[in-house]
Amino acid sequence: MAFTNEQLERYSRHIILKEVGAKGQKKLSQAKVLIIGAGGLGAPAALYLAAAGVGTIGIVDADEVDLSNLQRQVIHSTADIGKPKVQSAKETMEAINPDVTVNTYHTFVTSGNVLDLIKDYDFILDGTDNFPAKFLINDACVMAKKPFSHAGIIRFKGQLMTYVPGQGPCYRCVFKNPPPKDAVPTCKQAGVIGAMGGVIGSLQAMEAVKYIVGAGDLLTGYLLTFDALKMEWHKVKLPSDTSKCAVCGDHPTITELVDYEQAECDMKK
Amino acid sequence: MAEFNITDKVDITDVNCPITFVKTKVALEELDDGDILEVRLNDGEPVQNVPRSLKEEGHKVLELTQNDDGTYRLIVQKVGD
Ligand SMILES: [Zn+2]
Repeated sequence: MAFTNEQLERYSRHIILKEVGAKGQKKLSQAKVLIIGAGGLGAPAALYLAAAGVGTIGIVDADEVDLSNLQRQVIHSTADIGKPKVQSAKETMEAINPDVTVNTYHTFVTSGNVLDLIKDYDFILDGTDNFPAKFLINDACVMAKKPFSHAGIIRFKGQLMTYVPGQGPCYRCVFKNPPPKDAVPTCKQAGVIGAMGGVIGSLQAMEAVKYIVGAGDLLTGYLLTFDALKMEWHKVKLPSDTSKCAVCGDHPTITELVDYEQAECDMKK
Repeated sequence: MAEFNITDKVDITDVNCPITFVKTKVALEELDDGDILEVRLNDGEPVQNVPRSLKEEGHKVLELTQNDDGTYRLIVQKVGD
């Protein structure tokens, strides 16, 4: 594929970078990234990946745009209220960059559909807001040998890590099991500062782009945490022994996907 | 004018800075170490900046000559892969 003059101009700030170049930009245009959740994390990630010229972007979300989303989910506008989030996201992404193909999946991610959803994609972004989905996405990506970016945000805090098969611990290596339902607040109950989605979701897009072009070091084997009130970042090295993990270890005990129960208020969708 | 074993040619008279350099860089990326690229470029800003940027990236600028139509012909040898 040769770039048109228009594409050379659109992506010139990438192509000039020696870590990207025309080769990296071509890899981006051939890459397929799946974003699960078009909310606080998925919105900025989707915007940056579309702007970057990632050729195929899938986006999964069962919800419709709600007024209370607009404080942080910057891919949606006031006029989009009531529209499926995946539709609203697709329209914004295509308006930014017509080079991009956006596939929409207007559904919850479940043990029954997750493997099918991720199978055609090179890299997965977990932008969901609840533990059952996060464990499900982790287990599915481990089983299907797909690299993915985990992230979570709540109040003034955010965290993320990257899993690449064979290159370090998975999310379950670190967090074992979902907390008991109702033991932890979701972002709906606890609140979240809007810009946190921008900070952490943009870093997820950064990890996806670096993975695709093969630049630098990923957050594999590390958990990066951010406390906005203190303006403190911590890059925590994770234990490298994955052998005892229930899903990615040497003798996995989790060999089938399960749907964990969700806290009551998360279900009123 | 010296004879060069030209591997590929690129015309950057249809674009402006910084796409002039970007288009040249993209053409060079397709080549192997030691290959020679012929670039057709406009007088002024492209002639001033493109050869300099190519040198900064480590490539060898072998020749810069003016064509009959007022454009320039730049011969650059790729260094590295
Ligand atoms: Zn694990």
